[in-house]
Amino acid sequence: MSNTSPNFLTSSIGKKFLMGLTGLFLISFLVVHVLINACIYFNDGGVTFNMAAHFMANNIIIRVVEVGLFLGIILHVVQALILTLQNGKARPQKYAVQNSAVSSKWYSRSMGLLGTLLLMFLIVHLANFWVPTKIAVFKGEEHNTFESLKTVFANPIIVAVYLLGLVSLFYHLLHGFQSAFQTFGLNHKKYTPAIKACGFWYAVLITLLFASMPITLYLGLIK
Amino acid sequence: MNLTLKIWRQNSGKEQGQLVTYPVKDISPDMSFLEMFDVLNEQLVSKNESPIVFDHDCREGICGMCSMVINGRAHGPKTGITTCQLHMRSFKDGDTIVVEPWRAQAFPVIKDLTVDRTAFERIQSKGGFVSVNTGTAQDANCLPIPKDDADASFNAAACIGCGACVATCKNASAMLFVAAKVSQFALLPQGKIEATARVKNMVAQMDLEGFGSCTNTGACEIECPKGISLENIARMNREYLVANCKD
Ligand code: HEM
Ligand code: SF4
Ligand code: FES
Repeated sequence: MSNTSPNFLTSSIGKKFLMGLTGLFLISFLVVHVLINACIYFNDGGVTFNMAAHFMANNIIIRVVEVGLFLGIILHVVQALILTLQNGKARPQKYAVQNSAVSSKWYSRSMGLLGTLLLMFLIVHLANFWVPTKIAVFKGEEHNTFESLKTVFANPIIVAVYLLGLVSLFYHLLHGFQSAFQTFGLNHKKYTPAIKACGFWYAVLITLLFASMPITLYLGLIK
Repeated sequence: MNLTLKIWRQNSGKEQGQLVTYPVKDISPDMSFLEMFDVLNEQLVSKNESPIVFDHDCREGICGMCSMVINGRAHGPKTGITTCQLHMRSFKDGDTIVVEPWRAQAFPVIKDLTVDRTAFERIQSKGGFVSVNTGTAQDANCLPIPKDDADASFNAAACIGCGACVATCKNASAMLFVAAKVSQFALLPQGKIEATARVKNMVAQMDLEGFGSCTNTGACEIECPKGISLENIARMNREYLVANCKD
């Protein structure tokens, strides 16, 4: 048997490896993100939160990781786009009747849609917080991130947009977390149930924690 | 039983097709789905209409020919069986049944319900074999193979190449089929010798044929008549990663 195979990264499996790797990287980022944000629950007028935010905004290591984060998101989205287009082309003629619900979960079939919603949310989110912080750093001004949190989440429409974004995140993670492990070839009768349970609880906890923030801020529970 | 069938009719791959409605009467609940088609075809022939072309051979669930999507499910409403093993008692009197061919870029329609599945043959020919002459049956214990590995390999080898996995997958992905063929050899000492080239070449051909990639929805595993499991896809992904690290 001679070897006639093309590049790993351009193969269908290689592309999925990249999706999975970048996905898990984003999953670990969300843990850091939610912990920093949770500093608002010290309920000390944002002192602790602003300290954490200031540290994140001015630390050189975090700056480097931030570049990696953006590259990761871009890579994840680009691969998602390529795969979704290729997968669409693989079935040019659709079925007149298709009973998909008996064999798979709707959210596992809707990763592209959920991801697109996430991307739209991400743009709103960056415009709300990341851009103003960057402008302040650029101008050399002091930026009170906690105050901007309170201003942004005073608007019920923005709160609703965030909650919808989090619903998309929940379902994307519900499938994505365990899917990444299967993609890496980690399927084991002893460990896979544990991975699936981790994925479920990760999705639930991350979503609830993030969701609690705009809600408590909107209700004025955080002073 | 009296039924209304809506069956995909298409003269050739080049022409457009459409669903055509056929009422059928006095169908015995003990007939298989294919026997019901035989009855309908005899009626069509006696009326000088062209019979419905569908693939079939063994009619006992081992050849994998009888490809059709029935009411939106590959091989119909039951799991773990092929269309020839499906009986009319699985339907109710008066039901409307929609029958379509496998739909995939890599499986073009030849006529009516038959599709061209030679893409699978081309993938197989890239590595779904061992090149060494294995000779006559050896002494049972001269090559010790753990029972679990032998069982897993045998279960993978149960794949009949029917293509239900492709037909079911939202991406028309052939991962379950290729994974079964890769796994069958990957677990045995005879297959390990060519493992690297096998997985690389078979995956390359799979991509070349225009099958989609795997989103891990798990639909293939549910609709596979032979119960080929997703563990095989994970094994193939592992094999593929290792093979690419090696060369
Ligand atoms: C921002 C826009 C995003 C888009 C457009 C997007 C899109 C997608 C798509 C289409 C898939 C399925 C690919 C396939 O299996 O065929 C996917 C998988 C995945 N996504 Fe995302 N996603 C986005 C954001 C995120 C975020 C923020 C995270 C994590 C926090 C994430 C984590 C994952 C994981 C873990 C997978 C599973 C990878 C695998 O199955 O190997 N994604 N994404
Ligand atoms: S894996 Fe199952 S569904 Fe796919 S070709 Fe083999 S037997 Fe058919
Ligand atoms: S005709 Fe052989 S499996 Fe159905």
